[in-house]
Amino acid sequence: MTKYISSTINHFILSIGLLIMVVPIWIIFASSTHSSLFINTNGLQFFLGDNFIDNYSRVLFKQSGFFNEITALKMFLNSFVMATGIATLSVITSLMAAYGLVYFKVKYATFIFWLIFITLLVPLELRIMPSYIVMSKLNLVNTFAGLILPISASAIATFFFRQFYKSIPDELLEAAKLDGTNSWSFFIDFLIPLSKTMIAAVFIFMFVFGYNQYLWPLIMTTSEQYWTVVMGLKTMYGSISDRFAFVIMSMIPPVIIIIFLQKLFIQGIFQNK
Amino acid sequence: MVYQRINSNRKIKMSFLELQNITKIYPNGTKAVNETSLNIDNGEFVVFVGPSGCGKSTLLRMIAGLEDITNGEISLDGNVINNIDPSERDVAMVFQNYALYPHMSVFNNMAYGLKNRGISKEEINNKVNDVAKLLEIDQLLTRKPSMLSGGQRQRVAMGRAIVRNPKIFLFDEPLSNLDAKLRNQMRLEIKRLQRQMGVTSIFVTHDQTEAMTLGDRIVVINNGVVEQVGTPKEIYSKPNTKFVAEFIGSPQMNLFNCKIENGIAHIADMRINLNNSANIDDASLGIRPDDILISDNGQHTCVANLVEYLGSDMIIYSKIGDQEFSCKLSSKINLNAGDTFKFDISNTLVHLFDNTNGSRV
Repeated sequence: MTKYISSTINHFILSIGLLIMVVPIWIIFASSTHSSLFINTNGLQFFLGDNFIDNYSRVLFKQSGFFNEITALKMFLNSFVMATGIATLSVITSLMAAYGLVYFKVKYATFIFWLIFITLLVPLELRIMPSYIVMSKLNLVNTFAGLILPISASAIATFFFRQFYKSIPDELLEAAKLDGTNSWSFFIDFLIPLSKTMIAAVFIFMFVFGYNQYLWPLIMTTSEQYWTVVMGLKTMYGSISDRFAFVIMSMIPPVIIIIFLQKLFIQGIFQNK
Repeated sequence: MVYQRINSNRKIKMSFLELQNITKIYPNGTKAVNETSLNIDNGEFVVFVGPSGCGKSTLLRMIAGLEDITNGEISLDGNVINNIDPSERDVAMVFQNYALYPHMSVFNNMAYGLKNRGISKEEINNKVNDVAKLLEIDQLLTRKPSMLSGGQRQRVAMGRAIVRNPKIFLFDEPLSNLDAKLRNQMRLEIKRLQRQMGVTSIFVTHDQTEAMTLGDRIVVINNGVVEQVGTPKEIYSKPNTKFVAEFIGSPQMNLFNCKIENGIAHIADMRINLNNSANIDDASLGIRPDDILISDNGQHTCVANLVEYLGSDMIIYSKIGDQEFSCKLSSKINLNAGDTFKFDISNTLVHLFDNTNGSRV
């Protein structure tokens, strides 16, 4: 009986939490399926309307921006390329940096690691001028490379991988050495498969981080062709239901990534005890 | 047998593995191994035994190439291997915690070393399957190490070593993570496999029973120095030093501090005639617990302070003066704690050590 009561209470609390998270999103979604006129006169809606296809297709394909040079679809594409690039590159660089720091007899490895770690204190916003100057001198303004490169090395990801590598017993390396691995095949055959789950976790974090970038793309792009979704959110001056539809669509790419990598992601978070 | 190593093209030399004045000093100044020389013949099963931290594992790891050699020379099959990469030494090692590759199946664990040697897929398949059958793990080839029991992991670790058909097997305390029953079983199996394949093997352990049962020869190591090398029988019956005397044998050898005058040992008020003319002020007289002869007409009398019943045997703890000793006898004899008993110590069964340097007299 007490078990039943406590389980009911638990579920009640969890349900409230769930509602707090989901209801606002649902209201935006439901409202986005009504016409702007209807929302302007009747306020936010809780039930679905019948303008779903009209609204969403208009938003996706309408030319927008200051000079009407870009569609929402292109913004999604840009954001996706940028976020994937940042996530992929930071996984690669931090995996390799951690490998170098842990497995090679690097002098002052700990010092170098802390130097990397300290860069957490210097976020992009703080080094935005020098970063811009470097990128513009490399002629990378208005390119994907310019959007991706300055944020594609992650100290926190390096930290995660380093801690994980340190927890791998030395005997594994020794056994592998006797089995004839070299430093490259040890990395490919052992470390990468062993850190699969952590790679997934880092990839998701960095994808969302890249997807959410606002200031950097704003500064790096003068052509509307390189606008991202987050920039679009700020500058979409459509009707209210169009904006709601855009907001809902902007959530989809990170959600898809999480759904695909969820299992690995959860294992990865709890692996580094 | 495919894995029998009778290689006519490999020169059979007197010593297959030679260690010459091997010294290991760690960067923090610790001397782990000191001026150790050792010759091991082809096909021999040698056991390094000693207390933890005595340098036996370091010595093994130097042979494997996992540890740099500070001084000295190791040669294998006629070639100096000091500066040869571990992967090219053609040695295989079984680790204490097995060090199986957690993300690979049993098959891939065993095949990995062969793949790196560029052996064809078909040959790898055959070799792994043969060894898996030999070790009775052929049902487990598709499993991951996390799905195996301790004994099975042990077998896979051995399989991984065997499949490479190396010049030397190195075992680094491979049985210490197993429970007692499995340990005895695996011990026999290792011995059987080694005989069958005839591969030179070095086995490191701190357990003297393992050392005695496995080794063709035993190397007793203490504080980075080899105390004695010999067959199990030699080591047991004629320990060279006080340390070896204490370390080998269970229950431990009794060592009485005593003074020897004209061949007579004085232990408290007990006198033992050693039939020689030695004169040592500070000596240790050793006698194994099972060499103390209990009889009703014995010369010496003591009180049994404690009796440990072990089934077929029992161990009696007693004192001569203030020096404790134990004797082992058949539990058929009726003796309880508090009883007095009579015994003899035969001078042919005692071991005499000089306490100043710990060596046998």
